[in-house]
Amino acid sequence: MTPSSSIASPGAAPAHDEHHDHHPNYLVDGTTIKSWLLTVDHKRIGLMFLFWVLLFFLVGGIFALLIRVELLTPGPTIMDAMTYNRTFTLHGLVMIFLFMIPAIPAVFGNFMLPLMLGAKDVAFPRLNLLSLYIYLAGAMLALWGMLNGGLDTGWTFYAPYSTHTTTTVAPVLFGAFIIGFSSIVTGINFIVTTHTMRAPGITWFKMPLFVWAIYATSCIQVLATPVIGLLLVLVTVENLFGFGMFDPARGGDPVLFQHLFWFYSHPAVYIMVLPAFGVMSEVVAAFSRKNIFGYRAVAYSSLGIAFVGFFAWGHHMFVSGQSTFVGGLFGVLTMLVGVFTAIKVFNWVGTVYKGAVDFKTPFAYFCGFLFFTVFGGMTGIALGTVSLDVPWHDTYFVVAHFHFIMVGATIMAFLAALHYWFPKMFGRTYHEGWGLVSAALIILGFNATFIPQFLVGNNGMPRRYYEYPERFQALNVASTAGASLLAFGFVIIAMYLTYALLYGRASGKNPWRSKGYEWLTESPPPTHNFVGPQPTYPEEPHFYVDPKKAEVPDAV
Amino acid sequence: MSELLNNILFLPEAASTFAERVDALHYFVVGTTMVMSAGVGLAALFMFFRYRRRLPAQATEYVVPTLKTEFLFVSVPLVFFLAWFGIGFRDFTWVTTPPKDAMDVYVMGKQWMWKFAYPEGPNGVNVLHVPANRPVRLLITSRDVLHSFYVPSFRIKQDALPGRYTQIWFEATKPGTYQVLCTEYCGLSHSKMLAEVVVLPAEEYDVWIKEQRRGRLQDRQDALADTSLVPPVARMVEQGQVLAGTQGCLKCHSVDGSQHIGPTFLGMFDRLERLDDGKDIRVDEAYITQSMMDPGAHLVAGYQNVMPTYQGKLQGPETAAIVEYIKSLRTANIREGASEGPAYDAIQ
Repeated sequence: MTPSSSIASPGAAPAHDEHHDHHPNYLVDGTTIKSWLLTVDHKRIGLMFLFWVLLFFLVGGIFALLIRVELLTPGPTIMDAMTYNRTFTLHGLVMIFLFMIPAIPAVFGNFMLPLMLGAKDVAFPRLNLLSLYIYLAGAMLALWGMLNGGLDTGWTFYAPYSTHTTTTVAPVLFGAFIIGFSSIVTGINFIVTTHTMRAPGITWFKMPLFVWAIYATSCIQVLATPVIGLLLVLVTVENLFGFGMFDPARGGDPVLFQHLFWFYSHPAVYIMVLPAFGVMSEVVAAFSRKNIFGYRAVAYSSLGIAFVGFFAWGHHMFVSGQSTFVGGLFGVLTMLVGVFTAIKVFNWVGTVYKGAVDFKTPFAYFCGFLFFTVFGGMTGIALGTVSLDVPWHDTYFVVAHFHFIMVGATIMAFLAALHYWFPKMFGRTYHEGWGLVSAALIILGFNATFIPQFLVGNNGMPRRYYEYPERFQALNVASTAGASLLAFGFVIIAMYLTYALLYGRASGKNPWRSKGYEWLTESPPPTHNFVGPQPTYPEEPHFYVDPKKAEVPDAV
Repeated sequence: MSELLNNILFLPEAASTFAERVDALHYFVVGTTMVMSAGVGLAALFMFFRYRRRLPAQATEYVVPTLKTEFLFVSVPLVFFLAWFGIGFRDFTWVTTPPKDAMDVYVMGKQWMWKFAYPEGPNGVNVLHVPANRPVRLLITSRDVLHSFYVPSFRIKQDALPGRYTQIWFEATKPGTYQVLCTEYCGLSHSKMLAEVVVLPAEEYDVWIKEQRRGRLQDRQDALADTSLVPPVARMVEQGQVLAGTQGCLKCHSVDGSQHIGPTFLGMFDRLERLDDGKDIRVDEAYITQSMMDPGAHLVAGYQNVMPTYQGKLQGPETAAIVEYIKSLRTANIREGASEGPAYDAIQ
């Protein structure tokens, strides 16, 4: 699916042909394999990430369906227990490390960040390319390990099981360790780009909110990823050579593992959803033709979530044997994350107020996103309420909760971004009707998959169960049915987007009439992002006020 | 009312005092969040319609929230969240602080079963008998990897950690049989690690435990006048393992053959030890007991005389249990050479 020269720029109007002779768009500027594999253009790197991320999403999705089919009946259905344990481990690992974490930052962050900042590229273009290859190297090593021998620890690798299991822990953990470097490198690159490469006129508080979100995400990536890197090395070493970090028989502490693990993996949730929040801020503004209601509140709350997100990890461990007091402390800090998210939700809804809503496909995903974020966030608050977490912990309620907030919100944003920026990236449009149909299918399918899981969790079904007591079956069947609907929605998207990629109508420069900064240049953009002089940025992004009667108050 | 809500929310029967507290807060939280979410959702839907686009390039007003609006956005959720947290934390503290008169039951998770032991009574596997309306404290540990002890009907859950005891308590309110599940992934048969709690009316429980105890004592030909616990050997090993941990033996004595402050327990029994006065001694029950009570009497060569006496600190049966535990570390496959793994059961 790597775009080839056949996707010439159809977006260029005849009058602009002259320009394009000298400034071909980035898709056709160099068409050899080598020009793609060795490119330092952030847009091409973003596209290559898109290709791999989608491929891994497919792999993780197929394994998700296998899990759902297995859980159709209380006993064994299509696989044995060991295969099942490896299947959910692979599903979790691939989805989290290979899809969710890089999905928005590495694809759309890479593509849009320099465009939104009026920069010609990211600060370290070669490092950017390197991060792609580091990611691929880690992914291949991890997948090789998972398919040769397999890993049955779950994606959390809890010690002491992971330090004792005879399955192939080392290559998978080392693969994840390598992927971590990609994450760090990308984060550093975005931070430096944001600090140093903003075009004249773009002050911090005139940056698009997507940039704010990516910036906050990058800070988390740079600060938290080293911790899990070290942890993965420790587990590998303990597994291979019998060190005693986590083994109580050797003076170690299995709860220490959990602290180190969640110190990364809890902020990692925000690595996944903060970019999603950023995308949604762009989409809601563009499709309601309104300035963001409470721009600063949304920007600051991204930083707030990034900050508080570091101090909430212990809420994964209320029943792990940590002290009651510590449980309370982490519970209260968790509530703060909820408040920051609530600020965002209210301001998004506020953005629609007195807007001009155009209900296109990306906006349909915004609706789904709003629902998943509110519902997922609220169930998160419920889980942070310490006493309620006691029965819910490690049941399907938690599974449903994190799929809602982490997966639901992120997928909605990923698809919204894909549809919103599709014309920007490829200069072509897709079929709007199919877009809305598949959005409806996906939102419906997602709810049908995970709402039963909330209920089956209430009923007491623990997660990672290969077999389950009979009374859980009805809800499991409902969930599997929902999953097939969801999968069907993705198949439709794949079909009409592929069609659009090859035969779609030319979109023109700015089909949404959006006032996001990234639309100031051509679609698709030329190699160095801008033809002629750099665009100027007199207004804040998403400033839709009629210039004739504009009485622009100073930004709040 | 709560019966109906229970059915809608698919909650299992509430059969403990903690379950009642959890459910009450659950209804509060779920009810409020549903109303709030519906409010936000309906407001959004209304505005999608009310402010639909009429012209392709329509201009909009520049609207920004007042400080008061933003303050409202922050404070309303915060007040609710903190209220829920306050109630939840109160209940959490309550369930993690067992009342002083609670009866104790030891729970040990092991791949893939639950073992129960009463301080003065029987051992059991996968069936836990408890009296109704009497607080029961569970002291939970694991023998290998992490497990988590979960009784949905009681709404309680606590991880089982190797090398550490954790506790939680409950008071069952209705006689009956309730399912125990393991909720921490523990390997191949994780989902088969099931057990049940049998809640008996208090009087029936007293009869039951008395019978269990009598059965045990009758098995012993030389039942002593002392009817306090005289455990059978198999259980003594477990008890000794616990004691060796709680009494601090394992702080200096390893159980895996590695060098530490004192000689390793691994393979110690029946070993010929060279003493610091040059003589050799065969390690037997007597020598171990003597070393606990008077550590310096026959010091093994190469070790310092730093161990405190346990004279008076250990009851007779406890000393026996520790001896039995040390004897149990004498299996054929770990006796030779250095240990190749942890002292607890290797994971297959």
